[in-house]
Amino acid sequence: MARLTARPTPATAPWRALVLAAAALYFLVPLAASVVFTVDVPGRGVDLGAYTRILDTEGFLPSLLLSLELAAATIAVVLLLLVPAAVALRLTAPKLRPVVEVVCAAPLVVPPIAFVAGIGTVLKWGPEHLSRTPLFQTFVAVQNPDFPVVLVLAYAVMALPFAYRALDAGLRAIDVRTLVEAARSCGASLPQALLRAVLPNLRGALLSASFLTLALVLGEFTTAQLLGFRPFAVWIVNISGSQAQMSVAVSVMSLLVTWLLLLVLAGFGSRRTPSSTSDRK
Amino acid sequence: MTPLMSLTAPAPDANAAPGPADAATVELRGLRRAFGTTTALDGLDLTVRPGELLALLGPSGCGKTTALRMLAGFEHPDSGEILVDGKDVTTVPAHRRDAGMVFQSYSLFPHLNALDNVAFGLRMRRVRTAERRARAAELLELVGLADKGDRFPHQLSGGQQQRIALARALALRPRVLLLDEPLSALDAKVRLTLREEIRRLQQELGITTLFVTHDQEEALSMADRVAVMRAGRLEQCAAPAELYARPATAFVAEFVGTMSRVPGRLLASGATVEVLGRRLPVDGTPPSTGDGADVDVLVRPESLGVTVDRAGEGRVLGTSFLGATVRVSVALADGTLVKADVPAHDAGRPAVGEPVRLTLPDRPVLVAPRAT
Ligand SMILES: Nc1ncnc2c1ncn2[C@@H]1O[C@H](COP(=O)(O)OP(=O)(O)OP(=O)(O)O)[C@@H](O)[C@H]1O
Ligand SMILES: [Mg+2]
Repeated sequence: MARLTARPTPATAPWRALVLAAAALYFLVPLAASVVFTVDVPGRGVDLGAYTRILDTEGFLPSLLLSLELAAATIAVVLLLLVPAAVALRLTAPKLRPVVEVVCAAPLVVPPIAFVAGIGTVLKWGPEHLSRTPLFQTFVAVQNPDFPVVLVLAYAVMALPFAYRALDAGLRAIDVRTLVEAARSCGASLPQALLRAVLPNLRGALLSASFLTLALVLGEFTTAQLLGFRPFAVWIVNISGSQAQMSVAVSVMSLLVTWLLLLVLAGFGSRRTPSSTSDRK
Repeated sequence: MTPLMSLTAPAPDANAAPGPADAATVELRGLRRAFGTTTALDGLDLTVRPGELLALLGPSGCGKTTALRMLAGFEHPDSGEILVDGKDVTTVPAHRRDAGMVFQSYSLFPHLNALDNVAFGLRMRRVRTAERRARAAELLELVGLADKGDRFPHQLSGGQQQRIALARALALRPRVLLLDEPLSALDAKVRLTLREEIRRLQQELGITTLFVTHDQEEALSMADRVAVMRAGRLEQCAAPAELYARPATAFVAEFVGTMSRVPGRLLASGATVEVLGRRLPVDGTPPSTGDGADVDVLVRPESLGVTVDRAGEGRVLGTSFLGATVRVSVALADGTLVKADVPAHDAGRPAVGEPVRLTLPDRPVLVAPRAT
């Protein structure tokens, strides 16, 4: 297969170019149009004012930082939840896999609106009934606008289907059981075996799970807006009402920010970790 | 051979048996294990002597892997015990069992190169980097892959991967080496050379080894003793020559090597059998089916003689050339199919369809109850 893709026969080459061109047009034309719209001020030629103004606009940095923090927390929660579960599933109860698959796909079926409505109801109902218990404080803390934990929880659920798929693909590519047993017969305890023999081979999968979660959190609007928080996506929508040109500029920029972050993540992942026995010079 | 010596040298025990280089004795006692309704092991008893290579042979699903995994600590018996040097290790977790294992599937850690794979166990034991490297390099040398240390598993051939896996299993100087069909994924030629190499290494290191296989040729050619298993139990454990010449049961007889069943009649005393028109003594204890009972006489293809004879009761169904010999399939009058080997250079090689007469040498024969 690899050889087939590497050396296209002359007959298929024009097709490839055509498909590539079509895809490029589809993606690049709207992007280019957005860029042109933001820099081209009628009568004054090219002007980068829209971009410089972003930085001065109230709420830009806090909302971007909030989104990044939420993304980091969500990635941590999702991976800590999913990795042990998926590995344990392969090692001890392969028959439960379909069940877990369905559970992890469930968030895709529930419309975000219904999901938020549910969360909202709980958040309202909770304090009313629990006002005299210590749980009341929990409800308050969870909704702290500086770092709304409730959003992390909601995002973790929403990211579950994507992260699980990514992780499952990674696990499928290795023989977890044999790797663990090989490590154990080499004198590694079970935690050591998982840490040293399984996790390093899941790096690609962990990375793509993180990718997908990051992209989801940075772009999520409905939940945050309806629960009254103000991460990056909500901020963009809010200012777009007042300043059309700048809102497009912000969108273009958020796209670039996301790409940059993904690139950083990818670079982080593809770097070879120096293996301790042989690569030390 | 100095590096080898260092590999085999656990501190000599004061009261150690004078076995080769202080090798371990392994005893499996009454091991039983059921998975749901399938009984994988049904009271397996087996003793592996110090420093020997014991092949565990048996048809698919007879519990070989389960037995090996129990010894490695990956599987726990429902009942029975496992003793290494007389000490019960049944409850010892896998990583403290002191057993190196080579798996049937490729099991190298994909993220580590060959050297690091071999050094993995040493790293788990917190051996210092310099020492670790030296030992790993030494082991790679031992399996003849000293120059492949920086290759990753996906850059190595199957045979090379299994060699590295062998080196990895030997890195911690285990008392017992467990091999679960390590050659079954390899092609025939690599299999042969690796087979010899494993045997050579095992003998040099004098390590007690259990080798699981369902290839009888592999078992017979490599092992000091072969244990034949059937449905979770031990059928017979004997040296290859004895197993071949004097199989204890009809199952062993037919599983090890090729065996044909020729119909015969047990005579009065039960010590003589009438077969192919002659009377021959019965080898071992005959089946207790009573006088004049119909039995099957078990014969190896090489002990059957084939002569072309118009009055012969057999008819040649087919021949296949095996190099030094030609295997002739003969149908007897009652339809029984019998295989016989005749020397390939024999001029009187029978042709397909020719009537032939089968002859047996004047030796005691094995007898089994008539197969229905
Ligand atoms: N984890 C398991 N769960 C359920 N059944 C199992 C399990 N492991 C083994 N068995 C069953 O136990 C029996 C013995 O299996 P085992 O793997 O020991 O056979 P084997 O002799 O190694 O066969 P093969 O030559 O095909 O490898 C088989 O019937 C198998 O289906
Ligand atoms: Mg097996």
